[in-house]
This record gives sequence, structure tokens and C-alpha cells, in this order.
Amino acid sequence: MIKLEGLCRDFQVGDQVVHALDHLDLVIRQREYVSIMGPSGSGKSTLLNILGLLDSPSAGNYWLDDISTASMQDDELASVRQKKIGFVFQSFHLVPRMNAVENIELPMVLAGLLPADRRDKVAAALERVGLTNRADHRPDQLSGGERQRVAIARAIVMQPMILLADEPTGNLDRQSGEEIVDLMENLNNQGLTLIVVTHDPAIGNRAQRKVRIEDGRIKIDIQ
Amino acid sequence: MRFFDCNRIAFGAVIRYPLRTGMMLLATSIGVGAVLMLTALGESARGYVGQAFQTLGTNIVIVMPGRTETAGTAPGAMVGTTERDLTLDDARALLRSPAIRYIAPVIVGSATVSQGNLERETTILGSTTDFATIRQWTMAQGEFLPNVDLDRASPVCVIGNVIRTELFGDEPPIGKWLRIGTRRCRVTGVLADQGTSIMIDVNEVVIVPVGYTQMLFDVSGLFRIIAQATDRESMDRARLDIIRIIKTRHYGEEDITVITQDAVLQTFDGIFDTLTRALAGIAAISLIVAGVLIMNVMLVAVSQRTREVGLLKALGATHRQIVALFLTEAAFLAVLGGITGLGFSYLVIIGVRGLYPEYIFMPPAWAAVGAFTVALVCGIFFGIWPARKAAAIDPIMALAGRQA
Ligand SMILES: Nc1ncnc2c1ncn2[C@@H]1O[C@H](COP(=O)(O)OP(=O)(O)OP(=O)(O)O)[C@@H](O)[C@H]1O
Ligand SMILES: [Mg+2]
Repeated sequence: MIKLEGLCRDFQVGDQVVHALDHLDLVIRQREYVSIMGPSGSGKSTLLNILGLLDSPSAGNYWLDDISTASMQDDELASVRQKKIGFVFQSFHLVPRMNAVENIELPMVLAGLLPADRRDKVAAALERVGLTNRADHRPDQLSGGERQRVAIARAIVMQPMILLADEPTGNLDRQSGEEIVDLMENLNNQGLTLIVVTHDPAIGNRAQRKVRIEDGRIKIDIQ
Repeated sequence: MRFFDCNRIAFGAVIRYPLRTGMMLLATSIGVGAVLMLTALGESARGYVGQAFQTLGTNIVIVMPGRTETAGTAPGAMVGTTERDLTLDDARALLRSPAIRYIAPVIVGSATVSQGNLERETTILGSTTDFATIRQWTMAQGEFLPNVDLDRASPVCVIGNVIRTELFGDEPPIGKWLRIGTRRCRVTGVLADQGTSIMIDVNEVVIVPVGYTQMLFDVSGLFRIIAQATDRESMDRARLDIIRIIKTRHYGEEDITVITQDAVLQTFDGIFDTLTRALAGIAAISLIVAGVLIMNVMLVAVSQRTREVGLLKALGATHRQIVALFLTEAAFLAVLGGITGLGFSYLVIIGVRGLYPEYIFMPPAWAAVGAFTVALVCGIFFGIWPARKAAAIDPIMALAGRQA
């Protein structure tokens, strides 16, 4: 489903070029559970941003569902992100003035769904993350773990194929971090492709497939 | 994204920051208010002048001796011509025109009037009985000037209210003698207060037959001839007739100036119209200032909400959707400001009208519509740049919190 071929991402910093990704090849199949680990600055986030179509490679190819993403324009990229990809971030990124329901329905609002069509889906997503009784709480009225659940509910409400998580437990204590990982694994069991970037070996080792990146290249890839 | 969702999200942001929104509303409403107030003032001045002209009477044509030079006359043309007086015979001759219903010759002067040991200086106006008809004057007591031949210098007079109280006190003035300069005449009537009036203060005037003023001031030429046309349509006809009649009588010399009430009114109307529009334009500048303020505030809003924009992009928002969201927000600020401005302005206007009901204090409809439109257009126009800036935000930077 995901196929990367000779992927490079260079950043120009002053007169120096940083090779954040350096001829990286990777294939990820549907329903896989992949963890990506590596030292700081090795290019994990850069890889995830390219997978999520927020960034584009300097060289190489990225096929998503056998379609090359190289030629896609802003509108098309946005629409692919909307339909196929869900993001979970380390710092949640909920809109502070909106309550849980409003945050979760944002992707559907952008997609132009009518309120009547949104209601059931929001309810289902809340149910899946176990927050039905927090529906009208604003982010500042939720705990860190609960905020991340809202973020996950928002990521899955459009029923994407891939969930990309960049250090999803980085801002959480161990207890709620594990709950979040449990929740995502649960979604993976139901068919969602899960790609998690983490520094925590305990979390990274839970994945069926463990990828280690160093200096923008894949060092170890254990199935 | 649906239209109502776009509005809902933008409105959510508007009410989320009440202080910012409040200041924007204030700036825009001051702009809208300034336009409405200044145009209302312009309109009220125009109305005041228009009303004052109505007190002259209707369909009035005024004849003045001497020619007001207009551009284009050869300098030599006037050399050697002596300006001829307008005489009572000239005035009488004007009645030959079928377009003229009434004429009133006028001579104005100043003299000391006295009664008993009370005296004061005042304006003496010499005219005929038709003068009161033309100006639609009413009497408080007694009769206006008798309808006699123009050059009969009957020793009678009509006085204004202030003259009556100052010289006669509580005594009934009708039939009493009033001394004007060295002569005497009998009071036949007292004018009622005519309200606003231009050219003469009705309350402080003494009116005598025109023949009497000729004798009093030892003049023969008239100050003015006031003519009333039979109806509005014949005013131009009346003007031309007057010029023709006088020209014939003055041996081919067109040595008078004829002005019609309409023409004067139109000139004033034009002046006030220009004035009102200029005021509106000046006031509209404050709306542009409000627009610049909206831009400033929106730029701040964009940088405050960088993370939110990054998130929306990650969730599949297009460039255009981000622009739409921020433009809608700017438009909301402008519309709300416009509505508040209109609301407050009309409250003030109603208040002023309550205090001064005699003045027409009301902005013209075009000013209200125009101010609101300019506010909206300014808000949207000055929202474009911030909205584009928002759409250009790099989501990776924004989400990583790495914005510079
Ligand atoms: N916008 C950028 N401009 C310049 N250099 C960048 C930029 N983004 C990333 N880099 C560089 O690319 C390299 C990879 O960065 P990346 O964020 O992918 O690392 P990471 O593996 O996610 O690290 P961490 O574990 O600390 O999050 C780093 O050397 C970083 O300095
Ligand atoms: Mg990272």
C-alpha cells in the first residue's frame, strides 16, 4: 500500500545541506503495525510528514495505493489526506475553543458533510475511544490522555486506511500512554494500518514490525 | 466545507476573542457613525436653507437694478452706460406679462422710529399690499398696507411684534401715531411672528407704502421688485418677459439682474449636495483606517493560530478553505462593526431629533448603504492578505511548534 523508493529529503541550512532522509526504501502493507525508532535527528518525523503528504521528497518516489504522489497538487493532496490518512501528534493539537465533538467533526466539516450525517459518526468515534461522556468538554477540561483520545477519534472519524502517530505518548504518563497504545492497537486489529514513531523501546517493541532509522537510512527492519 | 460551517467556525473565532472583537467593532462603528453624522449635518443644512427659501413665497422672481457681470462680456460693452434706476412705472409695467400674478416693489432703509418718549433704530421697508400676499404673511392685529396706487404716499404703517412691545408696551397700537424720522404715520396692523425668514427680521421691521419711503429717504429708484409668477411652469416665461419689458423701457439697455427662486435654490442645493458628498468622503477615510486595523488584527490572529492552521491542513483543508475561513472572520468583524455603527448612529440621530425637532437631522439613505458597503468591502479587502498568509503557513513547522 505504501511504497518508498530511493526517498531523499534535503534541507538547506545556510550553505550546508542536511540529508534528513537519504535514499530510503520502504514498503508497508495494509493492516501492518510498524514502529519507527532511532536517535534524535535521524529523520523519523521527516519520514512521517512525507508519508502523511504534509511534506514532499527532494528525490525518489512515494506511491500510495499504487498512485504516485509526485504530481499531486494542493487540492488533491488535501483530499487524499482527508480520506486516507489520520494524524496523531505528540502535543494533541486540539482547537482550544471547540469541545470534543466539534474537534472530532472538523475533518468532516472540511469534507463538506452535513450535520445530520456527522452526528452518528462522531458518536461512533467517541464510543471507540471511550469518551462518550466527555462529548461537550473543551480541551482544557480534559486530561492529557483524554485529549489524545479525542485526537485519535478525530483521526479515525473519516475512516482512513493509515494512522500516523508521531510520539503519541510523549506528553503522557506511562499509565495513560499505555492506554493510548492499547487503543491504537485495538484499531489496528480492526484493520487500520498503524505507523508509530517513538523513543520508548517498551512501546516500539510492541509492534509486529520494528524499523530503526539512523542518519536518514533504514538500519534495522524486523518483521 | 459548507457555507454555514465556514460561518460557524469563523463566528466561533470572533466571539472567542471579545476584547479584539470589541475594539474592531468600535473602530468600524466610529467610521460608519462619522459618515452618517456628517452627511446628516450636510442634509440638515440643505434642508434648513431650502425651508428658509420657502418663506420667500412660491414661484418668486426677483428683479434687481444693475447688471451682475457674467464672464464673456466684452470689456468695452459696458463703457459709457449709466445704470438706470428701477422705477415704480417699471414695476407697474411688469404686470402686463400674463406670466406674472403679483408684483411688489421694495425700498429698504433704516431710520429712527419713536412713540412718546420711546425710540429705536430699525429697518424700514417700503412696499405694497401684495408684498404680504406674496410672502404669505399673516397679521397679529389689524390690517396690512391698504391696496392703493403705487405712488400714493399714505402715512400708514405696519409694525413687527418686537417694535410693538418696545414702543407701545401693553397699549393697543392700532390707530396710534408712530414717528419715523421727522414724519408720522398711523399704525394699521401688527405682523404675526412668521418663524424663520430670510432677508428681513419680521419682528423688528416697520412697513410703510413704497411711495412713503421714496419721500422718507428721498429716493426714486427701487431696491428690488419682487414678482410672483402665476405658476411654476411660467417662471421662466416671467423671467424673460421681465427682461424684455424692462429692456424696452430702458431704451434697449439690459441693465437689470433677474433671479428666480428655483435657480437660487438649485444652486444652494448643488452646493450642499457637493458638501455632503465631500463630508461623506472624508468620513469614509476613517472606514479605511478601520480596514487597516482589521488587517492588523487579522495578522495577529493568523500568527496566534498558526498551530490551528497547521492542524486544519493536516486534516485535509485546502488552501482555499483556509483563505475562506479567515476572510469570513474579517467579514464578520466588518459586518458586525457596520451594524453596530448604524445602530448607534440612528440612536444618536433619534436623540438629536428629539432635542431639536425643528431641524431635519437625518442622513440620506445612500450614506447608510454606502457606509455599510465601504465597511464591508474594506474589511474583506484588508482581510485578503492575512488570509493568504494563513493559507501559506507550512503545516510541518506549525505542528512542530517551530514557527520563527
Ligand atoms: N525545516 C527544517 N529545516 C532544516 N533542517 C531540518 C528541518 N526539519 C528537519 N530538519 C533536520 O532534519 C533532520 C531530521 O529531523 P527530524 O525532525 O525528522 O528528526 P527526528 O528523527 O524526528 O528527531 P526527534 O526524535 O528529535 O524528533 C534533523 O537533522 C533536523 O535538524
Ligand atoms: Mg521527531
